Amino acid sequence: MAHDTTRDGSHLDDLRDGYRDGGPGGAASRPAGSSRSGSAGSSTAAAPLRPGEFLRYCWRQLTSMRVALFLLMLLAVAAVPGSTFPQRGTDPAGVAQFVLDHPTAGPWLDRLQFFDVYSSVWFSAVYLLLFVSLVGCVLPRAGVHWRALRSRPPRTPARLSRLPEHREAELAADPATALGAARAALGRRFRVDVRPDGGDGASGGSVAAERGHHRESGNLLFHLSLVGLLLAVATSALFSYSGQRLVTEGESFVGTTSDWDSFESGVWADQGDIPPFALTLERMTVGFEAQQTSQIGQPRQFAADVLLTDEPGAEPRAETVRVNHPAVVDGAQVSLSGNGYALRLTYRDGAGDVVADGAVPFLPQTANYDSTGVLKVPDAVDADGEPVQVGLQGVFLPAATVGSDGAPVSGFPDLANPVLVMTAWTGDLGLDDGRPQNVYELDDSGLTRVLDDAGQPVALQMQPGDVAELPGGLGTLTFEGVQRFASFDVRYTPGQHAALAFSLLATAGLVMSLFLPRRRLWVRVVPAAGGGSRVEVAGLSRGSDAGLGDEVDGVLRRLRRELGEPVPDEAGPDEPEDGDVTPSGDAPAVGDDGDGAPRRAGRGAADAARVPGGTGTDGRPEETA
Amino acid sequence: MSVDENIAGISNVLLYAAMAAYLFAMTAYAADLAESGKVVKARRGEPAARRAGGQRGASAGSAGSAGGRVAAPPAPPVRVPRGRRRAAAVGTSLFVLATLFHLGSVVARGLSVHRVPWGNMFEFALTGTLVVSLAYLVVVLRAHLGAPGAGRDARYLGVFVAGPVLATLGIALRTFYVEAAQLVPALDSYWLVIHVFVAILASALSTVGFSATVLQLVQEKRERSRAAGRVPGGAFMDALPSSVELERTAFRLYAVGFVMWTFTLIAGAVWAQVAWNRYWGWDSKEVWTFVIWVVYAAYLHARATRGWDGRRAAWLACAAFACILFNYLVVNIFFPGLHSYAGV
Ligand code: HEM
Repeated sequence: MAHDTTRDGSHLDDLRDGYRDGGPGGAASRPAGSSRSGSAGSSTAAAPLRPGEFLRYCWRQLTSMRVALFLLMLLAVAAVPGSTFPQRGTDPAGVAQFVLDHPTAGPWLDRLQFFDVYSSVWFSAVYLLLFVSLVGCVLPRAGVHWRALRSRPPRTPARLSRLPEHREAELAADPATALGAARAALGRRFRVDVRPDGGDGASGGSVAAERGHHRESGNLLFHLSLVGLLLAVATSALFSYSGQRLVTEGESFVGTTSDWDSFESGVWADQGDIPPFALTLERMTVGFEAQQTSQIGQPRQFAADVLLTDEPGAEPRAETVRVNHPAVVDGAQVSLSGNGYALRLTYRDGAGDVVADGAVPFLPQTANYDSTGVLKVPDAVDADGEPVQVGLQGVFLPAATVGSDGAPVSGFPDLANPVLVMTAWTGDLGLDDGRPQNVYELDDSGLTRVLDDAGQPVALQMQPGDVAELPGGLGTLTFEGVQRFASFDVRYTPGQHAALAFSLLATAGLVMSLFLPRRRLWVRVVPAAGGGSRVEVAGLSRGSDAGLGDEVDGVLRRLRRELGEPVPDEAGPDEPEDGDVTPSGDAPAVGDDGDGAPRRAGRGAADAARVPGGTGTDGRPEETA
Repeated sequence: MSVDENIAGISNVLLYAAMAAYLFAMTAYAADLAESGKVVKARRGEPAARRAGGQRGASAGSAGSAGGRVAAPPAPPVRVPRGRRRAAAVGTSLFVLATLFHLGSVVARGLSVHRVPWGNMFEFALTGTLVVSLAYLVVVLRAHLGAPGAGRDARYLGVFVAGPVLATLGIALRTFYVEAAQLVPALDSYWLVIHVFVAILASALSTVGFSATVLQLVQEKRERSRAAGRVPGGAFMDALPSSVELERTAFRLYAVGFVMWTFTLIAGAVWAQVAWNRYWGWDSKEVWTFVIWVVYAAYLHARATRGWDGRRAAWLACAAFACILFNYLVVNIFFPGLHSYAGV
């Protein structure tokens, strides 16, 4: 076995080399001296390098398979911290909390961009280097491949019997006819080159054939599509925008609003790019599991009935925006990203005037919708007619019960026993100095708590319909009723279709390059001693290829049939399996493990066609096992 | 639509039956391996070192051939005659029975909730292991029928398939079990059918491939020690194919698996665009699926890189499998993210 390799190895390597010409991948099979990638360093490293040489050296290193492999692993490792540390893009609050919890490490991690991994200098450096390497590796390969596609199939080896698959047969037809029939027997899937000996083929000749060259095309398609994918993703990042907006039932908002709860955009996009649509939330429907005990409270349905107007003056259309079913307005996608309760609250000040009135969103904090919200009343007067600013902050429990620690909690996400608990503050709400404020939070610095008669902070506990009075004649709060709100995410992502197209192209290329068998076949015809001719059919694959033997058998069988000569065994498959998708690795096929046991009858029959002696089942020197 | 608790109960009973059958199948397969090991040893009436020389030549050849050279074929494995493998036949019958119960359990689970049975971690494990079992049976059947390219009798893998399947089902029952239930709205999409099913296929193929890789590494160690003139332990391993052949089997599984991982990423991105309004957002689950994909890409590269052979590349395949386990067991449960549907 070992001697087999050494004796035959270099010869077969030569033949196989054509499979890998040019590319750094090909270097693997070449004698060390001619390698583009691996040995480039060793041959130049000894002498001092001139700058040009040095640059070329670096380029060769960068585009070598080993560096590509290293960069791939580095990319995998570099991606991990993004899942272990909170990321600013998706979880800014988490980042702030992390820095608070880790006063020493936090700032350092921040400086090293561990909270912005995917836009960090180091992550970008890894993938950009990888893609530079990819282009530097694949473009030259593409050139070589292009030439290879138009070149003739390789010369016929002198000793076909050394190839992994080899058959011999005696035919009655004369050599010229047999040579023509061999051409026909190879069919159209092969690139074929007929080489008659001495012009007319009367003294025989050979046919060289090759198939599966698109394996390499697939590999190139795969790698180049990855470049396309990267460009598409870059387009998405640069031109996309997204805005989030909370809308209560009955309320509307327009795309041209500046009143987003939050808004982000790529470098080359801004709020001016948002289409001038209008959206009205008619109704927000929710459903939760109420029957199955182990699943109580699990969400079952979220649906927002909306009226969408694409542009001012257009006819509004009714749509239902659900999770997994976004609406589309002028290329932008509107999706439902959340929901919760909005409480209709009315505040009458010390003079009895309504100074605040409307639906106040309470943002859910738990799966059972324990929700928090605030009502800011900047323009009230107290019982004495003095201006006063009142801030109300509260917790809303849609299904209030007593929790295990004795504190009230919500026991179910839907409305079962709605209870609102409000605390009150007075002082400067900070609304007048023009600084942007979070409407869902109360900044209690500079505020004083409103206390009840006993000196305790006041806590107004209310149910829908209740009216509660604040101490000190500050006013009254009416809990009119409960509505729902929906949060919408309006997002425009150009490049998404290009990204999908390139991904699918990459997959197609991948499948071609992994599963197309790449085979070379040769047929040699020589005049036989007693008239007629003697043919040899031999095959070679790049990589492990379980179907090679069948292909060689099939060619011999079709050759006989072309000539109208008897085929020893008609039971075998007629055509070689065209789509025999065998991922080719780089070793002989599983079926060819030389175990001396014919795997099926067809093989045994083919054996009979061989010249006895010297070769075993698979045309290799007999193994002594 | 509500949950049909009767059918859900049937599903659980069938699952227990399947596990019992898997256990017996595994025992029979183990007995077969032990038996075959002895047979092989007895039939190898020649000095171990001589044979090993051949084996070593074979693996050295394939080492170079990762770059495209012709590998010498592996030393012919000693065939265990078919007729004598009664234990293997019993094992396979039991395995078929177990798989039928298992299939029944999965179908009943799906029927009880009127949807595809892969909506949470437990169901993912339940269906994923079924795919592993079916894949194994297909390989065995193809080998039995002598399909082209099917390779030799694959029943040697039986223990290494029934064992992990049983272990996974056990862990899933103990730690991830959730009652059959309707889906949360985020999962209520036909993309669940596509994306998660492809992910199950990818994980299953990677798992079977990993089994082959582990056997390959063990076999390689034994071949090396045999070449050094020692007698390696684990005689039952003699009944298994050579490391070269195992490496090739693993590679084929990973090749198909890698395509499945690619589809998982693509289908996931398409779904994310629909469900979360962006196709890629570096959610922790997205990160880890990306990592798995990149490590398998590195494995495929390594196999084609000069100076790397099937053995060194095998370690990358092991790293990739570690990432799969991490993604399933750790990320699902402990990492916050949009993908938190474990249901535990
Ligand atoms: C984004 C980074 C890359 C990824 C994800 C990637 C992925 C892959 C995969 C999965 C394969 C195996 C399937 C196939 O043969 O098509 C492969 C093969 C290959 N890659 Fe890459 N690759 C990357 C970058 C590179 C770079 C930078 C180079 C050049 C140095 C390169 C050169 C090759 C070659 C030559 C092959 C064929 C190996 C063979 O002959 O079997 N790749 N790549």
